[in-house]
Amino acid sequence: MQPNGVVVQHNGVVGWAESSRPTTSRMVGLEDSAHPTGKAPAIQVNAAHRTEPWWVRWSLTLAAVAVLTVLVIVPVVNVFYQALGRGVGVYMQNLFGDPNTRHAILLTLTVAPSAVLANLIFGVACAWAIARFRFPGRALLLTIIDLPFSVSPVVAGLMFVLLFGMQGYFGPWLRDHGIRIIFATPGLILVTAFVTLPFVVRELIPVMEAIGPEEDVAAVSLGANGWQMFWRVTWPNIRWGLLYGVILCNARAMGEFGAVYVVSGHIAGRTDTMPLRVEKLFQEYNTPGSFAVASVLTFLALVTLALKTWLEHRERKEIAEALTYTNTRGKE
Amino acid sequence: MSITVKNISKRFGSFTALDNVSLDVRNGGLLALLGPSGSGKTTLLRIIAGLETADEGVILYEDEEVTHRSARERNVGFVFQHYALFRHMNVFENVAFALRVRGWKQAQVRERVGELLRLVRLDGYEKRRPSQLSGGQRQRVALARALAAQPRVLLLDEPFGALDAKVRQELRRWLRLLHREIHCTTVLVTHDQEEAFEVADRVVVMNRGRIEQVGSPREVFEHPATAFVMDFLGRVNVFQGRVQNGQAYLGEAVVPCPDYLHNEERSARVYVRSHELDIERNAGPTTESSSSLAATVMHVHPVGAVVRVQLHLREADDSLNVELNPQRCNELDLKIGDRVYVAPRRARVFVPDYSI
Amino acid sequence: MAAVNRRVLPGFSLSLGYSVCYLGLLVFIPLAACFLKAASLTPVQFWDAVWNERTRAAYRLTFGTSLAAAGVNVVLGLLVAWVLVRYSFPLKRLFDALVDLPFALPTAVAGLVYSSLYVQSGWLGQYLVPLGIEGAYSRLGIVLVLVFTGFPFVVRTVQPVLEGLEPELEEAASTLGATRWQTFRFVLWPPLVPPLLTGFALAFARALGEYGSVVFIAGNKPFQTEIAPVLIVARLEEFAYGEATALAVVLLVLSFALLGAINLLERWSKNRAA
Repeated sequence: MQPNGVVVQHNGVVGWAESSRPTTSRMVGLEDSAHPTGKAPAIQVNAAHRTEPWWVRWSLTLAAVAVLTVLVIVPVVNVFYQALGRGVGVYMQNLFGDPNTRHAILLTLTVAPSAVLANLIFGVACAWAIARFRFPGRALLLTIIDLPFSVSPVVAGLMFVLLFGMQGYFGPWLRDHGIRIIFATPGLILVTAFVTLPFVVRELIPVMEAIGPEEDVAAVSLGANGWQMFWRVTWPNIRWGLLYGVILCNARAMGEFGAVYVVSGHIAGRTDTMPLRVEKLFQEYNTPGSFAVASVLTFLALVTLALKTWLEHRERKEIAEALTYTNTRGKE
Repeated sequence: MSITVKNISKRFGSFTALDNVSLDVRNGGLLALLGPSGSGKTTLLRIIAGLETADEGVILYEDEEVTHRSARERNVGFVFQHYALFRHMNVFENVAFALRVRGWKQAQVRERVGELLRLVRLDGYEKRRPSQLSGGQRQRVALARALAAQPRVLLLDEPFGALDAKVRQELRRWLRLLHREIHCTTVLVTHDQEEAFEVADRVVVMNRGRIEQVGSPREVFEHPATAFVMDFLGRVNVFQGRVQNGQAYLGEAVVPCPDYLHNEERSARVYVRSHELDIERNAGPTTESSSSLAATVMHVHPVGAVVRVQLHLREADDSLNVELNPQRCNELDLKIGDRVYVAPRRARVFVPDYSI
Repeated sequence: MAAVNRRVLPGFSLSLGYSVCYLGLLVFIPLAACFLKAASLTPVQFWDAVWNERTRAAYRLTFGTSLAAAGVNVVLGLLVAWVLVRYSFPLKRLFDALVDLPFALPTAVAGLVYSSLYVQSGWLGQYLVPLGIEGAYSRLGIVLVLVFTGFPFVVRTVQPVLEGLEPELEEAASTLGATRWQTFRFVLWPPLVPPLLTGFALAFARALGEYGSVVFIAGNKPFQTEIAPVLIVARLEEFAYGEATALAVVLLVLSFALLGAINLLERWSKNRAA
């Protein structure tokens, strides 16, 4: 705490009285610290600094570009090259001619959206509780949400095998009732939901906190009940952030390998998702087939990136608007 | 050390920040660059510091040309509006920075930093972090840091802009006293007229990249050279009137106007300062050289040491601001709706001088 | 941010209740099953499962490669973040968006393409193998693919901090007489250390658990190029559930410890930047 107002006469030189309220220097807006979902930062720097010697700048730039090229661009190009290398006809044959591959595509398109849907509902509910209210155990809840990020996918699959596998805790009961979870689609959905659980929540919480509860409270004070408030006021504000979370969630869900590998039993034509199909074809030395499926996944990843970038742009605008509207930052 | 600015121009894309600006700062002086935002004052300061390069013109320190020297080589002390303190260093390390990069020995560093902290009345705060200081304290640390390596010139960019009003006042007074103690040539940028007048011994009024006037605070206030300067400093009423032969005609009123002595009658914008108007209950004698305007009182409110009266001119259907001292206001006992008469004592006109 | 009284806004009990149920079913119970199963082993069995020559080799490999990959990512990540924030060049926005590709790309695809690139006949392997650099079916390959998967972490933790550094700090340093190098070392570098550490920890944690990409490129030879997750899967395929679970528990405990460390790091970073 600062010393309170003191005026001192000191050999004719006057001291000062200080207000004990410290004034903050310029604030930098939203803080988005280490965030495994990898969103590009929200604030752009004012000016590109050109105070290094030009040769330093250019060598660093070239080095960075080289890193990105070798690490990211070359692999992506290679995927498409290898997939389409023998012509489009062969490519199509690989993808749609093979019934197992066809099934894998369909399976992925079933499993991923189901997991995403489950996590979406959870995400909205959980973000609402966490962002709008304070309650004992809130911090613990946040930590638990982060757990799936830190668990190795193989371990995730293992856990569900322990629960629902033939020799698992519920195994006999399931067998008696003819329910198959492990080595069947439900197991795939469960394990994918586990692995992608945090994505939507973690995206929604900062969005809801930044927008603030004022509008929702206003709606309630004007007589709206819970669902009316949600659909008319909350939803329009969060939908872009939600879409962002859903996109990230979906990308991960479609690409999940380790957990699904353990749980699926990789029965071709029955329980192979697209990533597993890639691996199976690779094991069978069917490289073009493997790359064909991989190319579809890569394409989806690129679409995800494009959507993500576009949404980040939008979300930034929405939040900026909401901030100026509610004027939570006060004057400088 | 004196500073000479000669014919400096600077453009940012299509925007001209400075247009052929020249200026002299005498050794040991305290100069204020005053103007609205966009006037170019900060750009000029940064060019003097070496943080920007001018497109044209030269900068001289004493007689040495420094135009192409980097900020580092110029040995200037620069104080930023938002302090720019190094957050990960404590107060001691911040102030010691300039000495450390020059390779001073630890003992010397400690001595000099101690001296500086005593100068800014922050001895005892060595171990504190900037986040633990108030705004005023941070700015004092920034000042001490800038003075550490004994710069030839001290440049301050709106140094008190981010502070509370009371702290601002204290620090202004303190800066003036500090300048008296250390006699460093100082240039201060501000948009606050009061600040410039209180602190500086010379004021440079700038607008849109050009210098409007240079002079002591008193000079620029009482003898503004251009309409902009008059309008920017103090509170001013602007009328559309006619001028001829040393008189300005504003509606019914006639006001002495020594700016325009020509015979030829012209219409002109006439400037009257708020405190150069009298309010009377009665019309007073109408003479050839002065008379008053009929007005109705709209609003009366005290502001600090004066009372501001807002009036509505009946004839011209325009509004008018007058500043009175409180005694006069009590004498008049003004109420809203009162019909009174306003007599301008003095008017200024800025008419380009040409003859047909 | 403003918190609201439970009675003001609706849905608290519903949302919290649903969330807790969902988490309980999907997270808690499976984790509990894991620990329960591990607990069913005797201490001796447990120890035998997690500490023998094969597992030790797997730990060494997993740890070593993850550490190396995270370390490489710190250097590369700082470089890329620096260039993206401070310089401009054509197509910069495209490159900025591409940084996130490793997040979006399925790990299986990453493993597939990396192994095919660095094989002797691959685009990169054709130059590297003659030089003696075996990128595929080797430990180097594992590190390579882990660098890929962890790449965005460091970049994205450093970028916001770099952008938040006001230009006035560097201007102040230069008016005070610092050379460009001194400015970097004393003014720019210290605020970057916390995010670099956090990014390192995140990349490291991610690399420890990585499976999909590594299986393609590692060759998976026990004692040589078998990482811990691969060993777990091997045990599972032998139906040695107890042993697999024991190993899983070791990995879990390690990951949780890392998660805690990362949270502490993030909090420490926030305090230092304040």
